[in-house]
Amino acid sequence: MTRGIEIRTSPHLKRVVTVDKIMRTVVLALLPIAAFAVWQFGLSALLLLVTTTGVAVLTEWWFARASGRGNTVADWSAVITGLLLGLTLPPGFPLWMAAVAAFVGIALGKALFGGLGYNVMNPALVGRAFVQAAFPVAITTWTPAFAPGRFTEVIPSTLTAPFMQPIAVDDWIAGLNLDGWSGATPLALQKFEHIETPILDSFTGMIAGSAGETSALLILICGLWLAWQRMLDWRIPVSVMAGAVLMALPFWLLDPSLYPSPWFVLCSGGLMLAAWFMASDMVASPVTAKGVVIYGLFIGALTVIIRLFGGLPEGVMYAILLGNAVGPLISSWTQPRVYGAK
Amino acid sequence: MLCVLCAFAVPITAVSPVMKHQTAALSSNDVPNTGHDSLIQRISMGLTRLLNGHKTFDHGIYPIEHKELTAGKPIRRLPFADELIIPLQQHKGRASLPMVKVGQEVVRGEPIAVADQFVSVPMHAPATGIIRAISLTTTAEGPKAPAIILKVYHAASQQVLYGSEQDIEQMDAQAIIQAVQDAGLVGLGGGAFPSHVKLQPPPGCEIQTLLVNGCECEPYLTCDHRIMLEQTELLLRGIRIALRATGAQRAIIGVEDNKLDAVSHLRARIPAHLPITVEAVQTKYPQGAEKMLITALLGMEVPAGGLPAEIGVAVFNVGTLAQMGELVPQGRGLIERVVTVSGPAVKNPGNFLVPIGTPVRFLLDQVGLNGPLGQVILGGPMMGMAVASLDVPVTKSVSGVVALEPEDPTLARRQVYPCIKCGECLKACPVSLNPSMLGELAVAREYGVMAEQFNLDQCFECGCCAFVCPSNIPLTQYFRIAKSINRDAQRREAAKHH
Ligand code: SF4
Ligand code: SF4
Repeated sequence: MTRGIEIRTSPHLKRVVTVDKIMRTVVLALLPIAAFAVWQFGLSALLLLVTTTGVAVLTEWWFARASGRGNTVADWSAVITGLLLGLTLPPGFPLWMAAVAAFVGIALGKALFGGLGYNVMNPALVGRAFVQAAFPVAITTWTPAFAPGRFTEVIPSTLTAPFMQPIAVDDWIAGLNLDGWSGATPLALQKFEHIETPILDSFTGMIAGSAGETSALLILICGLWLAWQRMLDWRIPVSVMAGAVLMALPFWLLDPSLYPSPWFVLCSGGLMLAAWFMASDMVASPVTAKGVVIYGLFIGALTVIIRLFGGLPEGVMYAILLGNAVGPLISSWTQPRVYGAK
Repeated sequence: MLCVLCAFAVPITAVSPVMKHQTAALSSNDVPNTGHDSLIQRISMGLTRLLNGHKTFDHGIYPIEHKELTAGKPIRRLPFADELIIPLQQHKGRASLPMVKVGQEVVRGEPIAVADQFVSVPMHAPATGIIRAISLTTTAEGPKAPAIILKVYHAASQQVLYGSEQDIEQMDAQAIIQAVQDAGLVGLGGGAFPSHVKLQPPPGCEIQTLLVNGCECEPYLTCDHRIMLEQTELLLRGIRIALRATGAQRAIIGVEDNKLDAVSHLRARIPAHLPITVEAVQTKYPQGAEKMLITALLGMEVPAGGLPAEIGVAVFNVGTLAQMGELVPQGRGLIERVVTVSGPAVKNPGNFLVPIGTPVRFLLDQVGLNGPLGQVILGGPMMGMAVASLDVPVTKSVSGVVALEPEDPTLARRQVYPCIKCGECLKACPVSLNPSMLGELAVAREYGVMAEQFNLDQCFECGCCAFVCPSNIPLTQYFRIAKSINRDAQRREAAKHH
């Protein structure tokens, strides 16, 4: 009877929540957002998401193999990176550029640091930041949502040949005969022309923007579900949003015609997606209870500062990358008070 | 203050809603020996927690309790094994010194080893029989250690004839402390610290409050629960003895709110003139840890590196006090204890009165097994020790024997991922350490930094961090190794200076 009994040291029980389960659940929470993007922008958005996810997974697989770390694709984290990246790009973004973004995100943002758990910054944002700098035109070329025939034909720029400038979409858009299409996102409209898009539209996603950033409501629901599953620390998105609101409020009170309302700040651009799915990336955020709140407030406030005073309409990406960079520092400042310490 | 919910008498057989859902969750769960939390279970636990608002401490975890397997089973006496193995070191402190010779006949209850100085206790013969050997035997801890091996006379009456009655009302504190040491009593909750030492606070400290620990927060274990229900008189007598010895003004019995039947049972039986109260605390692991109980009940913290006595508190387990109430007035020694034998591999789990020294193998034969054995754990699954051999005996500190089935091979091969900084371990650690950071330092072998900057010494190896870690990092195991390496280094350092 003695033979074969196992010995390990305590604790002998373990919760069955594992890393791959967490990651799978995050993917699940992102799927409705991806589906909405596809419904809204059609075939192009689908191709975009497939490209970023596929390239991210392939890159992860290749680096893991090259470095002998085993099959790290199975932890699903590369899928999240790919999906998130695809969701933050304009729907008509040339696919070859999207592939570059995904490759750079995983290679520079993750593999270089030693893979999952060691990356300092969110890999999807690293990829996004790279293409933002490399292809400034393509990444700010927006196309209208709900274009007729979006499920049968792609936006012309999508299929730009590799290493070519994107095919201009102006003619294509003009051919759609849309009323009131200005080619600008609500953020740009607000920033440069001080026209605030009706909140309801940005809340439900009936606007132009990156593939997966348009419906604040849907992102909120998916994020809340994830938090309810306890796969996401709700304190991070909540403090990002609080930081943004607190920062935007005084300016808006000062001059509502010039500055955006806190509501608008929350529902526009990539803030919602970033707050719920990117700032909350466990690996790149602080671990301490106080730390995550400081980190969130910092990101929220910084986003608004960049939006209001920076040269870009959207700042959340850089705000998070900066937040990621100071994350370890925040962690070390906010070590918990140990039981019984004086 | 009386809690409304607990004031209702809960019938002993009633299972709390939490438990019922856990049973339901268990049947739909293909990995019964892991702490999976289902949705229904989580909601029901959340609601219970919200509604009752019993006191608790910060952080901690909610493993599946599995107490329904044995909570309703009255304590039963087990027969004697053929041979009992009584290790000389069953407690913290110095090992006992044997006072019998090989071949000597002993009567049940007769002293067979004496205490070696103050922080040590004597041993008593758990059965009438003959000393077969005094030799090295396998212990649960691993290395072989000296033990007295007693061959039981099955034909003997096994009456305890030893001991002399004492009137505790006439004894002063010193006499009681001596009597408790003579009884060989140690912390029966698992700590195994000699009880008489705790009754005598260090100079400069005065005990004001006696906390009686009836939390029993480890999954599977129910022996303390049964003791509170079945040995109430002994427990109350024990509390009175401890109050007398320590000079404490009051005693509070802390019971987790999954045992509200015990709360109402005790409340109904405490005489009004005694300064003893019962308080329900939240069911949460490790509520039964001394420091966590103090925080929950008194809102105080034991200073880091200090003793509860420094803040005027002494904590005793209910089982220890029940034995104190039984043994001291009769002048007898500790020869048996209540042990929960449970776990998925056990056919007839239950709570048993087991003679000290009974081999685990004998115990498992008595309860029967369902099939192949996985780990056999002495104590509870969170802090207990997996035995390397079934020949190790039940000692004074063994509150449970939990037999698990062989681990599901897919689970056993569960991958260890790098730390993903999810922060779950920080939310779980009851002493608010940063296990994530400590784990990384352990991998980097920075054991000194772990102790100096990240309070490694405050870790009491409760296992919460390793339990929750989604990356499967064996955090607690790392910390145990780091601590022992640091201890060795200190010892070497000290030796160098001499
Ligand atoms: S084992 Fe140590 S570090 Fe881990 S939760 Fe328990 S006390 Fe904290
Ligand atoms: S629980 Fe595990 S993965 Fe999460 S922060 Fe702690 S050590 Fe890292």
